[in-house]
Amino acid sequence: MCGIVGLFLKDKALEPKLGAMLSEMLVSLSDRGPDSAGIAIYGAPSGNEAKITIQSPKPERDFRGLDAELAKAVGAPVSISVKSTHAVLRITPDKVDEAREALQSLRPDIRIMGAGEAVEIYKEVGLPEAVVDRFDVRKMTGTHGIGHTRMATESAVTTMGAHPFSTGADQCLVHNGSLSNHNNVRRELVREGMKFETENDTEVAAAYLSNRMAHGKNLGEALEGTLSDLDGFFTFVVGTKNGFGVVRDPIACKPAVMAETDQYVAFGSEYRALTKLPGIDNARVWEPEPATVYFWEH
Amino acid sequence: MPATSKATRESHARVFDLDVQSLRELNQALHKLTPGSNETAWEVLNPKGNHSVAVGVDQPVSIDVRGSVGYYCGGMNSGGAITVHGSAGPGVGENMMSGSIVVKGDASQYAGATGKGGLLVIEGNASSRCGISMKGIDIVVHGNIGHMSAFMAQSGNLVVLGDAGDALGDSIYEARLFVRGKVDSLGADCIAKEMRPEHLELLQGLLDRAGVTGVKPSEFKRYGSARTLYNFNIDNADAY
Repeated sequence: MCGIVGLFLKDKALEPKLGAMLSEMLVSLSDRGPDSAGIAIYGAPSGNEAKITIQSPKPERDFRGLDAELAKAVGAPVSISVKSTHAVLRITPDKVDEAREALQSLRPDIRIMGAGEAVEIYKEVGLPEAVVDRFDVRKMTGTHGIGHTRMATESAVTTMGAHPFSTGADQCLVHNGSLSNHNNVRRELVREGMKFETENDTEVAAAYLSNRMAHGKNLGEALEGTLSDLDGFFTFVVGTKNGFGVVRDPIACKPAVMAETDQYVAFGSEYRALTKLPGIDNARVWEPEPATVYFWEH
Repeated sequence: MPATSKATRESHARVFDLDVQSLRELNQALHKLTPGSNETAWEVLNPKGNHSVAVGVDQPVSIDVRGSVGYYCGGMNSGGAITVHGSAGPGVGENMMSGSIVVKGDASQYAGATGKGGLLVIEGNASSRCGISMKGIDIVVHGNIGHMSAFMAQSGNLVVLGDAGDALGDSIYEARLFVRGKVDSLGADCIAKEMRPEHLELLQGLLDRAGVTGVKPSEFKRYGSARTLYNFNIDNADAY
């Protein structure tokens, strides 16, 4: 099972409602996966600021004073905004790598959920409703976002095993299905210098795409590669700084429905997830074809 | 049902609004129907992609569903005449026994899977695995069907006015497949077969029952089993 959603806005007037719309979509699919849930929201990048979303099992201990300590370590201003177990650190883009390293020694228990100029990622164990409430996702604004509610099959039910997985700046991926050759692909990617946080199959798919895009492929070309290089069942929904993509394996047994209007492109594991979107009754609604890449960019 | 009684039936239709009433209330009310009940017309509002709408109907009632449904709509239908005025999710009409289901829009995966009888009409396209393991149901699709359709189909008829995807009729038994458009590829042991007079007649009957006009049986090709997988072939022993 698992339920996945995605929403890519074309109409700027909807941007203040992105968090609310995406939350509604994800909550409607709660019974497809009650283990854990997560959401990635892309806000408009400001150009002179990067965001690092971090998570801690002991947020009160780890987040206190972290902004000042990190600022000292990297020699640049850092701001922190805390939301429950997660926090977003804001820093100049050229200091992101330095900050990631400094975080490891300053707060060894902290996990990095994702980083980039646009993306913020929130994920936890629990039902979608609890997760979107906990991180106040409904109030978030943005240009596009993806979400996932998990029924675990391949690895443990933990915060880090929840989706979305982010393995590159402003890149993230959600997955319905299971991969059978992920250990092999992980070994190959490790050899190429990719780092992994979990034993999870989906993280391998995310890293595969990040690796291909780092080698100059665009999102569409990277997604095309999954069809020959990844074995197993998958419907992937992927976000990048300015784009949104979908691909299903050739067997395509994991469900998928898409809708497009002048205002948005939406993805849901089921039509149920789309029923409350504005203008859905007149939207073009279709099932994405197997082994076919779909992507949109701003 | 005679067309003349349609207006009367609709004016007395029992209406269920799934925005207000639960799916379980709807299905329980349908299951409580007894032979000869006067409540022969039902209307379901705001299905909004819900699963299992009108599953397990076992009386000859008509049910109009106003909108799109999720998984398994009309599953196990026995005698009901169900019309979905929208699209259907996976498994519409799964294991249907008799009666009819008409989907005005598209249908997702495995429409009519394992169906034993009755008529399933998809007025749009059906996606992959349409009619998988069908056991006597008749399926008429106005548009196209996806890959692996009629996989292990045992009996019944699958009529496709458009095109069929890859591996049509893989490991098919005795179901008959009629496709008017192109077939991307045939599955193992599925072959094109001669269209004899009895097949043209059968197909005309199916088109009539599905309300298809302006299409001639001679425009279709017939596909079915080459029957080479029926018995174990000792020459294939190395393959196992």
